[in-house]
Amino acid sequence: MLNSSLQQLGSALRAKKISSVELTQLYLDRIVTLNPALNAFVTTNAETSLAQARAADALLAGGKAQPLTGIPIAQKDIFCAKGWRTTCGSKMLENFTAPYDAHVIEQFNNAGAVNLGKTNMDEFAMGSSNETSHFGAVKNPWDNNAVPGGSSGGAACAVAARLCAAATGTDTGGSIRQPAALCGISGIKPTYGTVSRYGMIAFASSLDQAGPMARSAEDMAQMLNVMTGFDARDSTSLKRDKEDYARDLNIKVSGSKPLAGLRIGLPKEFFAEGLAQDVAGCVNAAIAEYQKLGATLVDISLPNSRLAVPVYYVLAPAEASSNLSRYDGVRFGYRAPEYGDLTEMYEKSRAQGFGAEVKRRIMIGTYVLSHGYYDAYYLQAQKIRRLIAQDFADAFKQCDVIMGPTSPSTAFNLGEKGDDPVQMYLSDIYTIAVNLAGLPGMSIPAGFGSNGRPVGLQIIGNYFAEAQMLNIAHQYQLATDHHDRAPQNIGL
Amino acid sequence: MSSTIFLANADVRKVARLARLAMSEAEIESARAQLSGIFDLIAEMQAVDTKGIEPMSHAQDLSQRLREDVVTEANQRELFQSIAPQVEAGLYLVPQVIE
Amino acid sequence: MNWEIVIGLEVHTQLSTNSKIFSGASTTYGAEPNTQADAVSIALPGVLPVLNKGAVERAIKFGLAVGAHIAPRSVFARKNYFYPDLPKGYQISQFDLPVVGQGALTIQVEPLSGNAKPYEKVVRITRAHLEEDAGKSVHGESQGVTGVDLNRAGTPLLEIVSEPDMSSAAEAVAYAKALHSLVRWIGICDGNMQEGSFRCDVNVSVRRPGEALGTRREIKNLNSFKFMQQAIDYEVQWQIDTLENGGKIQQATILFNPDTGETRSMRSKEDAHDYRYFPDPDLLPLDITPAMLEQVRATLPELPQAKQARYVSELGLSGYDAGLLTSSLGTANYFEELLSSIEQRGVSKADSIKLAVSWLNGEFATALNAQQIDIENSCLSPAWLASLLIRVLDGTISRSAAKAIFPGMTTVAQKLRNGESIAEFSIDAMIDELGLKQVSDSGAIEKIVDEIIAANSAQVADYRSGKDKLFGFFVGLAMKASKGKANPAQLNEVLKKKLGER
Repeated sequence: MLNSSLQQLGSALRAKKISSVELTQLYLDRIVTLNPALNAFVTTNAETSLAQARAADALLAGGKAQPLTGIPIAQKDIFCAKGWRTTCGSKMLENFTAPYDAHVIEQFNNAGAVNLGKTNMDEFAMGSSNETSHFGAVKNPWDNNAVPGGSSGGAACAVAARLCAAATGTDTGGSIRQPAALCGISGIKPTYGTVSRYGMIAFASSLDQAGPMARSAEDMAQMLNVMTGFDARDSTSLKRDKEDYARDLNIKVSGSKPLAGLRIGLPKEFFAEGLAQDVAGCVNAAIAEYQKLGATLVDISLPNSRLAVPVYYVLAPAEASSNLSRYDGVRFGYRAPEYGDLTEMYEKSRAQGFGAEVKRRIMIGTYVLSHGYYDAYYLQAQKIRRLIAQDFADAFKQCDVIMGPTSPSTAFNLGEKGDDPVQMYLSDIYTIAVNLAGLPGMSIPAGFGSNGRPVGLQIIGNYFAEAQMLNIAHQYQLATDHHDRAPQNIGL
Repeated sequence: MSSTIFLANADVRKVARLARLAMSEAEIESARAQLSGIFDLIAEMQAVDTKGIEPMSHAQDLSQRLREDVVTEANQRELFQSIAPQVEAGLYLVPQVIE
Repeated sequence: MNWEIVIGLEVHTQLSTNSKIFSGASTTYGAEPNTQADAVSIALPGVLPVLNKGAVERAIKFGLAVGAHIAPRSVFARKNYFYPDLPKGYQISQFDLPVVGQGALTIQVEPLSGNAKPYEKVVRITRAHLEEDAGKSVHGESQGVTGVDLNRAGTPLLEIVSEPDMSSAAEAVAYAKALHSLVRWIGICDGNMQEGSFRCDVNVSVRRPGEALGTRREIKNLNSFKFMQQAIDYEVQWQIDTLENGGKIQQATILFNPDTGETRSMRSKEDAHDYRYFPDPDLLPLDITPAMLEQVRATLPELPQAKQARYVSELGLSGYDAGLLTSSLGTANYFEELLSSIEQRGVSKADSIKLAVSWLNGEFATALNAQQIDIENSCLSPAWLASLLIRVLDGTISRSAAKAIFPGMTTVAQKLRNGESIAEFSIDAMIDELGLKQVSDSGAIEKIVDEIIAANSAQVADYRSGKDKLFGFFVGLAMKASKGKANPAQLNEVLKKKLGER
């Protein structure tokens, strides 16, 4: 059961080999056992989850099941779920019970899935290690001394540790892909605008995008089918014909060369200094595997990608500084226990409610937008953003997909990058440019590094190429078994 | 274009006030040091020549969709105010504001 | 000591949409606190804005009405600052690229003092942009706390900015009034100043002729024309006094106190506002196509100035009368429907115009005033009024008889409006009942005149020997004899003829 794919689980449920209640209880029991050490979940509510499971079982009995009906999914605590505590990893929302459902949550509810609980995350999605959460760090299930990555660290951990069938994450600068890589699972950030942001607590509006985190390309496809779709409540949500993301999974050009004709672009900037040797080794091996599957390699360059990190650390904090202004202790959320006048109430509530990294980014964002600096920082960053997007557009004239490492190293140790925020920011060097351009990006397991910690391969596609990317990932996963591996000591 | 921004404590204090974040002097000094490091990171992009480049706000060049002018939301005051820190007679309460 | 006054206005008009600019919450005035504050209005985590088509259409309508450039692409920007009535901590507005560009409004200025004649002036409009209104702070409920009501938060506003083209309180008030009239005319704003639908901020500065612009101070939130005039007068004098005493004017936001008649600086924030404007990433650029422009243009009514000019040139009205009839779209529409109703019943337009104009600007206006209602709320339809005026035009009754019937008609109309059922009502029945039918039978009139001439031979002799003024004496007698029902025109004719005979 715990190693079944979503499709297999669905079949088992429909064949009554297991009920949704049993399956949900199975995961809830595992969470009780393993979560205290891993800290992947911030909130569970057995009663609510089991009630949903019972409703799902009724649908299954009545033959009205959809692919994910009855399947327990872990939701990143960034999605407002009505009646559920929704913390966004922050003290500011420690006691915030969301009064409405995010679109993503509605989609899962309508699909008959079960909300298994809310996963831990870096505070307000700002972080690459899940160490900034007010609710404590999450441990990497492969090595409890290591970080799981962030900001969707709890989700990645939960999937890897088989604490859920699949999970949702969000990605602003790599927050799905990087923890997927560090935890040896699969994750995809689809094209910007594909998944509605309504009810998804905003960090950087023009970069945020939700996506699935699961153990395989097949599972990601099933999840995308539920998560995507136009939502009138989000002005940036795209109106497109409904897609079946699983439709191309099994396309093979030929039996022996399923990916014949596929041109894989390898940006030289992604294989330069800063990349750990063991990671390079795994990624190169993965690329060699792709050649065996029939793909050809193309050397490309993304000359402005070196600027992606500075550009991101202007734009994302700028948008965040504004998005987080609503957290003022007036209508919901944390209010300081003692204060004098209004200004003091604001200043203390926010200083006490937000953690250090969030405050840092609010400061940066406020600064770069402030009078006199807007042109030199914000506007400049938006212009370079266009250059970065143009680099990709040019590259896609020469290749079909782009590949490289997801992260420059395997998971680092907890506390290792504590003092210097800049060091932490540099973990995102390969992922950030993808968000700036709004392109779809995926990470799939590609082996293990020298310390036994997982390595991820990043696959970047052109706009709306998710189905093709999933096919490419799936063919690789048919030929390899990295994605089937499980951490030890998780009671399997 | 200058490549490094010199950040003084006064700058940090001003930004903290704009952002409504209370900070002790020690916190301001510590923030100054960290922010300076981050600004060194950002400095690299300032030197790039972007003359003639259009800023990019959104990934796709699309237009804002318009919503029909109809009332769709019902009164949910009770639910929404059940999570408010301080409410009285249907109003959210804050320390007195004098204009 | 010569001083020039420089005034510019920023007017915030609440657009008359059903729902808010970025959400589907209602905009109805006067609801219980926070009962029209949806998730988007209270800025819950995760909510997003979606733009109201009705707000855009009204902005376009305004732009077209003032001959302004409508931006094919405009952008929404965030204006960041903290205040309890601003739930997101930013206001969604427009900064670099507003939806409406440069336009102009021609105004009629009536000088407030002295014997100067009214004159015309063109005031340039710099821009108009869409933004959302903030909520309301309610003070004084309990000690030391302020209550926040977010019902108003998110109501669509069109901020209309003028060039500093006005040089007196009279011009500023005339502009404000003209703008007020226009936005109501084209149906984009109800103009209810008590309810805050139309709020004026006035920027005032003074300078010596030929010098650069002085520092301006902004008088905020004036919601009456009278207060606007008083505030400007006070502020101008204050600035002049300050400068003449060697002082300097500091830029400031000020409030007018109607009780004292004085302006004073608002409690200043320690730092000047740095709004950190940037394009709102939750909204895409607003693209207005030529098709949409034309669609809105088709809904624009004939504008007051054009209509006024047409009344003068085509219908022969005086400028004054035309001005009165185009003071509101409701009045103009009523007038046109009245003419049309009369014409439908066979009376030529040319004959009816004079009476219709004089009745509307006279008796009807007086009645509306007494009832304190707008013409739109009158129970008396143009068709009914037409019936009455037709009886005057066809000679059945005199004008003064019609005046006598008019109040009764109004009462009946009100009863009908209130749902009371009344017996079949007809003007003719009422005329008969009140015995107001004019005597137009020439034989009857001749008989009356013959009797009068016979009974007043001395006055007849005086008249015939040159005392023309006595004509009125005979008219009076004839009217009395006919109990006021003699058709005046006919009576005059008969009298002239018979008195003229020897």
